Amino acid sequence: MIPFQYTRANNIADAVRLIAATSGAKFIAGGTNLLDLMKDNVERPTTLIDISRLPLTSVEETASGGLRIGALVPNSDLAWHPLIEKRYPLLASAILAGASQQLRNMASTGGNLVQRTRCAYFYDTATPCNKREPGSGCSAISGVNRGHAILGASTSCIATHPSDMCVALVALDATVHVTGPNGARAIPFADFHRLAGDTPHIDTNLGPDEIITSIEVPAKGFASNHSYLKIRDRMSYAFALISVAAALELKDGMIQEARLALGGVAHKPWRNPAAEAALRGRPADEASFAGAADLLLRDARPQAHNGFKLDLARRAIIRTLSQAAHGTPQSQSNKTIQ
Amino acid sequence: MSMLNNTAKTYTGTATSRVDGRAKVTGAAKYAGDFNAGGLAYGAVVEATIARGRIAQIDISAARRVPGVIDVITHENRPKVADSDEAWRDDVAPEEGSPFRPLYDDAIKFNQQPIALVVAEEWEIARYAASFVRVDYEKQPFVTDVYRKRDDAIVVEKPDRPRGDAAKAFAAAEVRHEADYFIPTEHHNPMELFATTAMWEAGGPLTVYDKTQGVRNVQQYLCSVFEKKPEEIRVLSPYVGGAFGAGLRPQYQVVLAVMAALKLQRSMRLVLTRQQMYGLGYRPATIERLALGARRDGTLDTITHEAVGVTSQFEEFSRNDTGWSALLYASPNARYEHRVAPLDVPTSCDMRAPGAATGVYALESAMDELAVALKMDPVELRLRCYSDRDQNEDLPYTSKRLRECYREGAAAFGWDKRKVEPRSMRDGKSLVGWGMASGVWEALQMPTAVRIVMTANGHAEVSCAASDIGTGTYTIMAQVAADSLGIPIENVTVHLADSTLPRAPVEGGSWMAASACHAVIATAGEVRKELLRLAKLMKGSPLADAVEEDVTLSDGKLVGRRQTERGVSISDIMRHGALERIEKEKTNEFAEDKAHARNTHSAVFAEVKVDEELGVIRVTRVVSAVAAGRVLNPKTGRSQVMGAVVGGIGMALHEETIYDHGLGRIMNANIAEYHVPVNADIHDIEVIFVDEPDALINPLGIKGLGEIGIVGVAAAVANAVYHATGVRVRDLPITLDKVLAGRQAA
Amino acid sequence: MQDGAAQSGAKPQPLPEKVSVTLTVNGTERRFSVLPWVSLLDALRDHLDLTGTKKGCDHGQCGACTVLVDGRRINSCLTLAVMRDGAHVTTIEGLAANGALDPLQQAFIDHDAFQCGYCTPGQICSGVGLIAEGRAKSADEIREFMSGNICRCGAYPNIVAAIQQAMGTKP
Repeated sequence: MIPFQYTRANNIADAVRLIAATSGAKFIAGGTNLLDLMKDNVERPTTLIDISRLPLTSVEETASGGLRIGALVPNSDLAWHPLIEKRYPLLASAILAGASQQLRNMASTGGNLVQRTRCAYFYDTATPCNKREPGSGCSAISGVNRGHAILGASTSCIATHPSDMCVALVALDATVHVTGPNGARAIPFADFHRLAGDTPHIDTNLGPDEIITSIEVPAKGFASNHSYLKIRDRMSYAFALISVAAALELKDGMIQEARLALGGVAHKPWRNPAAEAALRGRPADEASFAGAADLLLRDARPQAHNGFKLDLARRAIIRTLSQAAHGTPQSQSNKTIQ
Repeated sequence: MSMLNNTAKTYTGTATSRVDGRAKVTGAAKYAGDFNAGGLAYGAVVEATIARGRIAQIDISAARRVPGVIDVITHENRPKVADSDEAWRDDVAPEEGSPFRPLYDDAIKFNQQPIALVVAEEWEIARYAASFVRVDYEKQPFVTDVYRKRDDAIVVEKPDRPRGDAAKAFAAAEVRHEADYFIPTEHHNPMELFATTAMWEAGGPLTVYDKTQGVRNVQQYLCSVFEKKPEEIRVLSPYVGGAFGAGLRPQYQVVLAVMAALKLQRSMRLVLTRQQMYGLGYRPATIERLALGARRDGTLDTITHEAVGVTSQFEEFSRNDTGWSALLYASPNARYEHRVAPLDVPTSCDMRAPGAATGVYALESAMDELAVALKMDPVELRLRCYSDRDQNEDLPYTSKRLRECYREGAAAFGWDKRKVEPRSMRDGKSLVGWGMASGVWEALQMPTAVRIVMTANGHAEVSCAASDIGTGTYTIMAQVAADSLGIPIENVTVHLADSTLPRAPVEGGSWMAASACHAVIATAGEVRKELLRLAKLMKGSPLADAVEEDVTLSDGKLVGRRQTERGVSISDIMRHGALERIEKEKTNEFAEDKAHARNTHSAVFAEVKVDEELGVIRVTRVVSAVAAGRVLNPKTGRSQVMGAVVGGIGMALHEETIYDHGLGRIMNANIAEYHVPVNADIHDIEVIFVDEPDALINPLGIKGLGEIGIVGVAAAVANAVYHATGVRVRDLPITLDKVLAGRQAA
Repeated sequence: MQDGAAQSGAKPQPLPEKVSVTLTVNGTERRFSVLPWVSLLDALRDHLDLTGTKKGCDHGQCGACTVLVDGRRINSCLTLAVMRDGAHVTTIEGLAANGALDPLQQAFIDHDAFQCGYCTPGQICSGVGLIAEGRAKSADEIREFMSGNICRCGAYPNIVAAIQQAMGTKP
């Protein structure tokens, strides 16, 4: 860890002013990912602007029937918020699938969006990594890449986004509200994270001087038919090999609307509108689900060590959609996969 | 037990809560990195980032300029240390090779090798400054993959005379099974970070709190390396936060901490990071080859077991993985051979049940495959091959109740309801599999000394240099001391893990329970003798005619063994003798018995549920039936076996140190991606202690429990996965991708 | 720790000023000054001599450093002391009131829910947090919500039993 100045922002305007005025500064809220990376010298901010006390901790209903979630709502509070549990159980479930209760008690909603990859080479400063040091090369492409991307990877980076919560948020069509020197703007969730391309050091479209203030989820919460299924190497406290968020709106066994997003497969939470469109108007059965899975994975390409992810993702998509269709969402405590 | 007393309360063999429990649940128990002192300096280690080569240049000038930095020590400016291999060879070092010496010279022998120590006023300052140590390397080619050295590995273990002709018998066998199995490198990952706090005091000895399984070993090693007299260095480890073998040898942090403390004449703490602990010893990656030949009736004709394990280029560490196979089952022909492949990595080391956890995994997987080939129940196959004699040495056992382990374990598990065919049992979308395996370990015992100070108020202080690494040594010694001194356990205080205390071996190999407890009994006998001598001097003593064999200590009194009403209280004896305390120390030696084999055994039964489409594996039930002689404390003993089962589940499904062999670096050097089981991975574990009286092994009839609990577990789980899915995964860990790949290949 | 590559071209920076932090730890107000980079864990251990809270990974991967901050369980290794200025912190040393063990501490002894004891302070603080949350009830839920505390000795079934005892859901 390098030395840094510590300062506390008094309000949002103050935060934006401070970050714009201080080169090398970063916001800190929960700190669970940032401090982890600072201890390994991967993140090297020279100033930390503590935003953890800003009044961004409420969950409020919006005029259009959705919810506006303050960026500083701790992950655990969000998962157990009565309105989330009742109306957006997919989001609650995805949050509880991630990390541990201690970490969820610390991690903020906004911070969850900007957490960085778990790629081992990104963490190991003795190895080249384009995300950590642009232009130095990607060690994972020729190295150990069992956990890496199968969709949207580039020749400069094959890292994946590690969040569970974000997979649910992209499926739910959330919007990210940010404030910067030029005022507030809204970013559709699907546009918030970036593909690696040739700029893998830039994870998101959040401006360098912008702060996330809230995440808005629209009215439609798919509370009846949803599931979040996370496949990993142990039963808890591990990052996903594959995760699937599925949500359906059904009428007489026919799919009216479908949402399908994947984690652990790409540089961003992966959602494919074509696969969802293919489900609409179809019966909620395995053939439909398989068709959507094939469509979603049509352009998937394995790395040397993760060919299994293609087939696993297909099976997991079918299973998760089936859980959603049956109204039997995956429990995050009972590990039996129905 | 005749050695013990007929007191109202007998602790030995009784479920007893840990005597150190309160200290551990209140945070009062102090581990090596918990000792604070004014003026403590903090160290941070700089590690090599190449696997092999030399340091062409190392520049510490920038690091030195960081405010708060006290010193930066490298091979170029380190204080003088001993320079012979002999001086660096600790008690449990491999006999062959040149032990690693941190900061000794410019040679880089493995990735993560320590190359500099930064000492600063605060930990974060030291860590920050460490990032400024600049190194230029001359790199050399390296190999970290055991498969690349398989063919030129060195033979280290094979029998003087092979039994029969294993190859010929294999060729002629009615039913054959032959396969390779692989266990990857595993790291112990005790929860406590490797840490040393060295307390420097002008004119006094250097007091070293170290994370170790053997304070005597570390103390002698430090005195040798730093050319000090024994009284100049004292080593303590009152509490050890797990070790599993990682703390048997002195680790480099203790050398660096002591080096800095002596050089700077200042108290010093060095705590390795979790990442840095991957630069220490590990369970060696091992390739195992098994070839079994049997008759159709399930009797074995031949067993061949060959293994290649990893060691470093500079030391030859190995434990024989292969001998177990030739030992356990009746077979007229047997051949074993253990080889090592030197790689550009640190020296491998003991990890819980070294050689057996791995070797028996391979053997018991192969036996399961043979059972499948024979269309025979796996328990039945083992019974057909059962041997009441050690097959290697052709000796009877002091005791062997493995048959009862099979029977009691199977009954508790409900094994008779198992359907033989793979993929024949289901629970919803999951395939259910039941697998089993045998386990075997040695029952070892070592000379150990104990001191007892008995005071007139009926309290006893029991002292020994042994460590309690969580195994319950404090507790079982207190139990045995209370019984053999005839006082309540609350009146016993056990002091351990201080190099100034009576000599004990390192805590390992499952030998500590037998070794330490018999030393307690032996020393208590000396106390009793002294009390009798004094009692006889008392006027009108009821024990005036008593001889040593006739008396025992019970309920605070020295009494006749047969006439317990004939007695004198300890406090009266001591008051009469005008003694405040009786102090006795004795080293217990075990009688040598070359006519018997001494082993513990187990039968492990596991249930897995494997999602048929997704390959996700859950271990839902384990029954471990253990025959390990007499169990001193069923409460802590059960925990020990249960914990070992958890370790075995980790070995089967989770654990793997992942190398990038192109870089020669470990890519999961943390405890997030080096997966060990978490709470959600563990369900019902039932431990059965099979009654195994053993009048031959030692007076208490105890054999030790530290290792046996893990042996066989990985095979039982692997066999259950096969039974569930029809997929045989022969390289650990059994991750879901391997199961899915196996299904696709089928 | 890696080589100078992590700092290529960089020069050592001067250290910032120490900052004053006030915490109420186990009911007692403690005021101290630390550099901003000092974690709450290191502050407790190195500055307040409360070494019951353990460092097992320093990266939020093991749970040994779990303490209760304003009643919630967190990993003290991944928060800065300065960020917690004004907070109420309960560590393992603060659970036993006047020498009487917390019911969960006693339950850990009763069920032998530890061996080496190193993860135990974190397990107990986490368990106290879990009970206060009031969410986890079944054994499956306890297992899941205690999965942020690794026990390498493998005492998990006993830990679950101890928590059930303290919750009063099992005798």
